[in-house]
Amino acid sequence: MTRLDTQIEQAAAAKNLEDLKSAIVRFAGDSGDGMQVVGTQFTNATALVGNDLATLPDFPAEIRAPAGSLAGVSGFQINFASTEIFTPGDTVQTLVAMNPAALKVNLGDLERGGHLIVNSDAFTPQTIKQAGYDKDPLEGDELAGYHLHKVPMTRLTLDCVKDVGLKHKDAERCKNIFALGLTYWLYERPLAPTLRWLQEKFGKDEKLRQANELALRAGFNYGNTTELFQVHYRILPARQEPGVYRKIRGNDAAAYGLIAAAWQAGKRLFYTGYPITPASDILHELVKHKNFQVKVFQAEDEIAAMCAAIGAAYGGAMAATGTSGPGMALKSEALGLAVMLELPVVIINVQRAGPSTGLPTKTEQADLLQAVGGRHGECPLPILAAQSPSDCFWTAFEAFKIAVRYMTPVIMLSDGYLANGSEPWRVPRVEDLPKIPVAHPTDPEGFRPYSRNPDLARPWALPGTRGLAHRVGGLEKEDLTGRVSYDPVNHERMCRFRAAKIAKVAESIPDQAIYGDDHGDLVLVSWGGTFGSVRTAVERAREAGRSVSHIHLRHLNPMPRNLGTLLRGFRKILVPELNMGQLLMLLRATYLVDAVGIDKMQGRPFTVAELVLKIQQTLEGDH
Amino acid sequence: MSDTATLPVVNLQPKDYGSNQEIRWCPGCGDYSILAQIKKAFSNLGKDPDNVVFVSGIGCSSRLPYYMNTFGIHSIHGRAPALATGLRLARPDLEIWVITGDGDGLSIGGNHLLHSIRRNLNIKILMFNNRIYGLTKGQVSPTSERNKKTVSTPFGSVGASINPCSFAIGAEATFVARTVDMYPAHLQYTLERAAKHRGMAFVEIYQNCNIFNNEAFNHATDRETRDDNIVELEHGKALIFGKNKDKGVRLRRDYRPEVVKLGDDGASIYDLLIHDEKATSPALAFLLSRLRYPDYPEPIGVFRDIEQAVYNELIEEQIQRLTKEKGEPDLQKLLNGPETWEVQAN
Repeated sequence: MTRLDTQIEQAAAAKNLEDLKSAIVRFAGDSGDGMQVVGTQFTNATALVGNDLATLPDFPAEIRAPAGSLAGVSGFQINFASTEIFTPGDTVQTLVAMNPAALKVNLGDLERGGHLIVNSDAFTPQTIKQAGYDKDPLEGDELAGYHLHKVPMTRLTLDCVKDVGLKHKDAERCKNIFALGLTYWLYERPLAPTLRWLQEKFGKDEKLRQANELALRAGFNYGNTTELFQVHYRILPARQEPGVYRKIRGNDAAAYGLIAAAWQAGKRLFYTGYPITPASDILHELVKHKNFQVKVFQAEDEIAAMCAAIGAAYGGAMAATGTSGPGMALKSEALGLAVMLELPVVIINVQRAGPSTGLPTKTEQADLLQAVGGRHGECPLPILAAQSPSDCFWTAFEAFKIAVRYMTPVIMLSDGYLANGSEPWRVPRVEDLPKIPVAHPTDPEGFRPYSRNPDLARPWALPGTRGLAHRVGGLEKEDLTGRVSYDPVNHERMCRFRAAKIAKVAESIPDQAIYGDDHGDLVLVSWGGTFGSVRTAVERAREAGRSVSHIHLRHLNPMPRNLGTLLRGFRKILVPELNMGQLLMLLRATYLVDAVGIDKMQGRPFTVAELVLKIQQTLEGDH
Repeated sequence: MSDTATLPVVNLQPKDYGSNQEIRWCPGCGDYSILAQIKKAFSNLGKDPDNVVFVSGIGCSSRLPYYMNTFGIHSIHGRAPALATGLRLARPDLEIWVITGDGDGLSIGGNHLLHSIRRNLNIKILMFNNRIYGLTKGQVSPTSERNKKTVSTPFGSVGASINPCSFAIGAEATFVARTVDMYPAHLQYTLERAAKHRGMAFVEIYQNCNIFNNEAFNHATDRETRDDNIVELEHGKALIFGKNKDKGVRLRRDYRPEVVKLGDDGASIYDLLIHDEKATSPALAFLLSRLRYPDYPEPIGVFRDIEQAVYNELIEEQIQRLTKEKGEPDLQKLLNGPETWEVQAN
C-alpha cells in the first residue's frame, strides 16, 4: 500500500465515510483561476478510481475577462458514479466558488443542502460589489439552505507554500490546487495522478512543483483535520465491461479516429484547419503525432483548408478538415467542388452557438440543416453525428470509411459539449478495428474516370499513375469519360448518380437501434450530443412505468432504412434538439409523421429534469 | 513514402502533351500561344505527363488543364493555389503547375496567392494577365488601368490597379518573372526557367484578350514600338533597351529610376542599373517591377530567382525528425494514452 493510499485510509477512518452512488461537483472561479485545470485533474483522478463520469467545461469566450466579473466566470462540472451515467448532471451537490462572481453565477444550480465551499479571502467589499451583491452573501441568510464552508484558501495557500520562496503572485496562484486537494478529501480521490501531472508540468521548475504539491496536500489535510466537514464520501468503481479504459475528450477522440482510419486504410492522414473555437484542439492534437506520418496544415483561411483537403485527397491522402459553423459556411463552396469531383474528404463541424460568432465557447446543434442543404446545386453528402465524447472516435473512423468507399465528402457533426467534455472510454484493441479497404486503379486499359462500381463510386485514380492522366473539375462531366459536358440530359443523369450514390450509403449502415419497446405511447428521437440527457430522461420515465422509447440517430443522411417503420410504431414523437427544430423538420418532411419538437438554445445541454417534465406533459396531454 | 514512385523522363513531341478535348477559347486569344509554348517547354524538358498536375481556378485561362494530356483539376474561383498546396503536401513527387488569371489570382484568390507565395511551396504559378474579366464578359479587373471604361465601370474605374509582379515580390516569391504571349521564344525560355526553379515560381504573362480588352499590351507587342517600351532583364547585365540599344535605366541619388539616352549628358553604360536576380533582398526586384509604360520601359524576364527553404520539404524533414525522436508509430499506445486502468472480468 502506498503512502497515499494509507493517507486515504486514515482519513477515512478519522471521519464519517458515506457511500454514494453518484456525485456532481462544480468548480467555479475567474477565468484566470485555473478552474479548467482543477476540473481536468479531478476528472483524471476520478477516471482512475474507475467511476463512470461525464464532464461539462463551461468557460467564457474571453481568454481573460475582467477579474471578478460575472462575465469572466469559468466553470467545470463533473458527474461521477458507481453506475452507468450519460450526462454531467443537472444540479450539483458540491459547488466550489473561488469568488463572489462565481457564487452568484452558479448558486442557482446547487442543490438545497449541498456543499458550498468558498474562498472566503476572495470576498472583499470590492469583489462583492463587482459581483452585484449589496452586502456580503456569506454573512446573511441567503446561504442558510446550504452547507456553507468558508475556507480562507488564499491565506492557507500562502501559508503552506511560504517556505518555497515563490513570488507572492505565483504562490497565490496555487490556491486552485488547494481547492482541488480539499475536494479530493471530500470525495476520496487519490492524489497520485495529480502529483504525477505536477511532476510532468513543472518538472523544470522545482519551486512551482513543490508549491503546488504542498497546496494539494494542505487542501486534503484541511478537510481531514478541521471540523468543517462532518462527513465525506466514497463512490465505488462503476461496473464496466472488462477491458482497458482511459479518459478521453471529444476532440482528442476525433483526432484519434482520423489517425486510426488512415492507419487501417494503410494510408497517410492529411489534416488541415484554420483556428476556430471549439475545433482547434483537433488540430493541436494531430500535430503532436507527426510520427504517424500525419501531415498537418494550418491554412490561411477556412476556404483554403477545404481546398487543400480536396487537393490532398486528389493526390491520394486520407484528407480531413475540422471547423465550426462559421467556418463551414466558408467551406461550403469548396464542398460543392468535392461533391462534383467525387473525392473522399472528411469535414468535422464542431458546432457552437450561432449564428455568426454567437456564443463561440458554448454548445448548440443548429448546423444540421446547413450540413444537409447548405450548398449550391443538388449537392447531397453523407452526414454522421457523434453522441458522446468517446463516440467522436468511432464517428470520425466511420466517416472516413464511408468517404473512401463511396468516394464522397462526409460531414461529421460534433459540438462544443462533446468536444470539450470527457468520459471513460474502453479503448479498442487495434487488431479489432475494421480494415478500411482502398483501391487505386493502375491499369490504363479501359480506364474511365467517371465509371462507377456497384456502390456507384468512381475510381480513385492517382496522379503519377502511368497512363491514367485525366482531368477533373467543377464543370459537369460526361458520364464515364469525365469530359466536360454541357449536355442537359447528361447533367440530370449525373445529378441522379450523385444522389443515388449517397442514398446507397444506407445499404451499408446498420438498422436503427431503439432503446425500449419498438412501439408504444411515445418515442424520443434525438441526434448528436444530446444523447446522454435524452437517454437518462427516457430511462427515468421507463422506471416510472411509462411507455417511452428512445431512438438516437448517428446517421442523419441518409437515415437508416428502418427509421420510418420504427417511427410509425408510436402514438407520439418528441424530438429534443438544441436548435429550433431542424431534425424535426427533416423527420416530418421525410416520413410525414406528426412529430413535435423540444427546443433549447442557451448554449448548454438539456437537463434531464426538463426532458422528464416534457415527457410527462406529452403523455398527460392524452387526457 | 509516396503513393507512387516518380516516373522517368520521357521523350515526347509538343503535340503529345495536348488532350483530345476541343479547345474553346475565342479565335485569336493569347491563350493559344501560351498553351503552345507550355507544350514546347514540356517537350524540351522531357516532362512526363503522367507525373504532372495542372491546377486552375475559374476564368478563360483556367480552362487550360482540360487541354493538356496531364492530370488536372479545374477547381473553383481563386482557389487553385490552395488546392495545389494540399496536393503538394500530400504528394512531394508530382510536378504541380497552377494556372490563374488576374481576376482569379489577384481578386477573389488574392489571399491564397499571397500565402502560397510566402510559404515557398514547390509549385509553379502562371498568371495570364489580360487586365479584364473575359469569361464574364468584360468587367474591370484588379489589374485594369485606372479610368478604364468597362461594362461595370462605364464612367471609368476609380480604383488603383495592382501590379502582379510587385505583389509577388512583395510576398517575397523566390522566383518572379514576366513574359508576353506574343514572344514565343521568351515565353518558352521563361517557362523553362520557372520549371527548373526549386520552390515557388510566379510568372506573369501578358495575354491579349482580343474580344474584351484588345491590344491592352500593344506597347509591348507592337513590332514598331515595342523595343522602346520594353526592357529585357538579364542577370548581371545593364538595363539597356531601345530599337538601337541606345537607352538605359539608371538610379538617381534619390533612388528614383530615370531613363537616359546613352551618350547624352555624358550618360554611359557604367551608370546604368545592373540587374541582379540573385539578390537576397527583394528591393531591386521590387523597384524594377514598378517601371511601367509609358514613364519607363516595362521589364520582362526574370526579376528574382533565389534559393530558399521550401515549405513542403521542411514539413517532410520535420516528420522524419519527429519520427526519429518519437519512434515508430504505435497506434495502440496512442489510443491508450498516458493513463489507463483495467476492468477485469468478474
